Amino acid sequence: MVVLGLALLRRRRPAAEDANSEERLTTAVSAAVAATVVIIAGLTIASFYTTRSIGVPKSAALTITVRGQQWWWQVFYAGSGATSGFQTANEIHIPVRTDVQIRLEGADVIHSFWVPSLAGKQDLIPGRSSSLLLRAEKPGVYRGQCAEFCGLQHSHMAILVIAEAPADYERWAASQREDAMVPADMDAAAGQVAFLAKPCAACHTVRGTAANGTSGPDLTHISARQTIGAGLLETTRGSLAAWIADPQTLKPGNNMPMVPLTSVELQNISAYMESLK
Amino acid sequence: MTRRAVGELYDTAFNAAVLDRRLASIWSTPPGLWGALSTVDHKIIGRRYITTAFVFLALGGLLSLLMRLQLAQPEARFIGPDRYNQIFTMHGTNMMFLFAVPVMQAMAIYLVPLMVGTRNIAFPRLNAFSYWIYLAGGLLLWVAFVLDTGPDIGWFAYVPLSGPQYAAGKRADIWAQMITFTEVSALAVAVEIVVTVFKQRAPGMSLDRIPLFVWSMLVTSFLVILAMPAIMVASTALILDRLVGTHFFNPAEGGDVLLWQHLFWFFGHPEVYIVFLPAVGMVSTIVATFTRRPVFGYLGMVMALIATAVLSFGLWVHHMFVAGLPRLGESFFTASSMAIAVPAGVQIFCWLATMWAGRPIFKTPFLFVIGFVVIFVIGGLTGVMVASVPFDTQVHDTYFVVAHFHYVLVGGAVFPLLGAIYYWFPKLTGRMMSEPLGRWVFGLIFAGFNLTFFPMHILGLRGMPRRIYTYQPEMPWSGLNIFISLSAIILAIGFLLFFIDAIRSAKSGPVASGNPWGATTLEWATSSPPPPYNFARLPVVGSLKPLTDHPGALPVASGLRVDRRELLVSSVVQALPEAREPSSEDSIWPLWAALATTATLIWSIFTPWAVVWGSIPIAVALIGWFWPKGVPEDES
Repeated sequence: MVVLGLALLRRRRPAAEDANSEERLTTAVSAAVAATVVIIAGLTIASFYTTRSIGVPKSAALTITVRGQQWWWQVFYAGSGATSGFQTANEIHIPVRTDVQIRLEGADVIHSFWVPSLAGKQDLIPGRSSSLLLRAEKPGVYRGQCAEFCGLQHSHMAILVIAEAPADYERWAASQREDAMVPADMDAAAGQVAFLAKPCAACHTVRGTAANGTSGPDLTHISARQTIGAGLLETTRGSLAAWIADPQTLKPGNNMPMVPLTSVELQNISAYMESLK
Repeated sequence: MTRRAVGELYDTAFNAAVLDRRLASIWSTPPGLWGALSTVDHKIIGRRYITTAFVFLALGGLLSLLMRLQLAQPEARFIGPDRYNQIFTMHGTNMMFLFAVPVMQAMAIYLVPLMVGTRNIAFPRLNAFSYWIYLAGGLLLWVAFVLDTGPDIGWFAYVPLSGPQYAAGKRADIWAQMITFTEVSALAVAVEIVVTVFKQRAPGMSLDRIPLFVWSMLVTSFLVILAMPAIMVASTALILDRLVGTHFFNPAEGGDVLLWQHLFWFFGHPEVYIVFLPAVGMVSTIVATFTRRPVFGYLGMVMALIATAVLSFGLWVHHMFVAGLPRLGESFFTASSMAIAVPAGVQIFCWLATMWAGRPIFKTPFLFVIGFVVIFVIGGLTGVMVASVPFDTQVHDTYFVVAHFHYVLVGGAVFPLLGAIYYWFPKLTGRMMSEPLGRWVFGLIFAGFNLTFFPMHILGLRGMPRRIYTYQPEMPWSGLNIFISLSAIILAIGFLLFFIDAIRSAKSGPVASGNPWGATTLEWATSSPPPPYNFARLPVVGSLKPLTDHPGALPVASGLRVDRRELLVSSVVQALPEAREPSSEDSIWPLWAALATTATLIWSIFTPWAVVWGSIPIAVALIGWFWPKGVPEDES
């Protein structure tokens, strides 16, 4: 291919001498083709070995199941022995310097799991499962995004991978396993009542309460997550209120309907959400 | 050849002036609307096809400007997600199915009969039908888009997103049915070209004397014939899933989601070469003319064309490297994807050798060829990169890939095509395009293209996925996006100038002679534009460059009748004359057949009963079309 570049530059010179023998040209072209064949073969072999070296499934210490939904990520941490599993959304915590296997499942349409700084992408295909190996060497927040067009809000389907020291990870996992906190202040308590009375609970789960809907993200520890709406907004009381008040303006076409609330109800539910650390 | 009945008139009996008059009277398309609707002249239909395809190019270009407007800044709200998804789906679908493939075939419809020295394309009525059905498919798609029911599922329409559960309404049906229209028309044209090339070549034009453009269209036509059925199966299965509840692609009922991708890309990858190989032919033609020598390595070029075509069927999985297929199988497709760089390399080296040995004349068509080489080599390099699985899993479905395929398709096909338009414009219209304006057009498009698409490689490497209608300000993409959007304006101005030049020159450009470039192939042996019968007497060919061998007048064959449309059928390999064959008269039936087919296909989006009731008018149209004409060949 480099030969191509050189040949291109040479072409610019006026090639007036007509005496050029066809034989010399034949030799040059044959040599160029042969060089291309050699380079291409080398690249193919290099690619093959790279694929093998990154593709060999090692035994992973931790397995996380990620399920693509229109347009958010459902995340399952399996329990082991005495510890129970838990569910979260749009945010994965992993311990650093550990091989983590991500099992990918498609729920509705095809999505593609892609955290560029950690690994290549892998599709989530309905009716099939696939897996991917993640390994973070340094602690940090790694952003990922759905890479296969999946409909109206494909643009707003981000996921965060938070790599932290093993001890921090264990602490996080332990807190995630717990049921939701009981609201401590008046507003949040009123918010919980409203949350359970309104349609919210039909789609969302808050463990430890009667809310056990499964079509939306699990909200048991929503306030412990950095973003809401699959990477759309930072998690603050204000953004929670804005989202609950009118999800269709912030993320047009998403599956959360606008639920009519009074301003007091809205305030209380936002306070309740914020309390779910 | 020897059977002559009393009362038949042969060209041997007339001098040139009388012959022209008599041929004109039987081959001309009558003036007026009826004549226009019933013509079967390949030149009129070819011009229509080309014009229509360029209208679709302009419309598709406008869509891309809308996308660039929306992406120029983060969180922009010019276009909502629903419209944006329609726009990028329309852009891709329109450019691939309504512009790229048809425009290449259109050039062949116009040029191949002239280049092989015959009077009309094979199956002229089928040719007329193919145009109408193509136009109908294009109108269906665009009318739907204007009515806000344009498809919004991406140009490769992956299931389940395009299936009955997730694509409510009629948008996906319109996409799938548009595929049916364009496939029918493309298949029809492919068959016509194969038969024209194999059976209607001028006497003496043996296989090794066929111009390279004709070779490229022959190979392309075989690609169409072999690849398009896969997408017809796929789109038909999709329509059946949506319309009558079959479950080809529904995993819950034993269907398979990946089946769609295999079928689509088994077509979709050869599709790239269906667009690219004609461009190879165009480049070869232009290079030969503007370096004043035949293309170096004719046999190598033909072999490279065929090798590319064969290999193109072994590449489709490289579109599916992240779909979770076994790695060993993927390695095979990496190897085949890399291997196709070899025939591409052969072609490039042969052109460079030709330029090296020839005396280049830097006119606009040749400038576009130079632009093509530069851009296509970059596209080829990134192609080798994405053929590698580890690299592809990062850049797949990002702007890197968007940049790559625009380099390959715009660089590999649109640049040669624009060069070809400048080159053959005098033949098509009898007038020259403007040379100074042409240089501006080339400069603006070349600069605009690179400024627009090169930064997309970087955007992709920075992680910007394709098909997103907006992005957040904290992503490191804003600067490049505004730069790309501004550069797109330069590109758009280049195309605008091109359209202005083409329209103005068609009306009032300088009048062209029969052979303004001093070219060597047969289409330049007749006047510009050619008479309705192409050649008063069919040329006889003795080499690859008949016009150089006989600068004055070509040797000609005679003995054809002048009282009916007649052309010469010749043998496949040697092109020895075999028989005189009548060529179709004008007919309105192809239009009726196309209308009946269109009504049926569109109606079938709404009810399967359309297929039952629609078959009646289609049958009537076909019976009218094939009604015996009473000529001896039909009777026997």
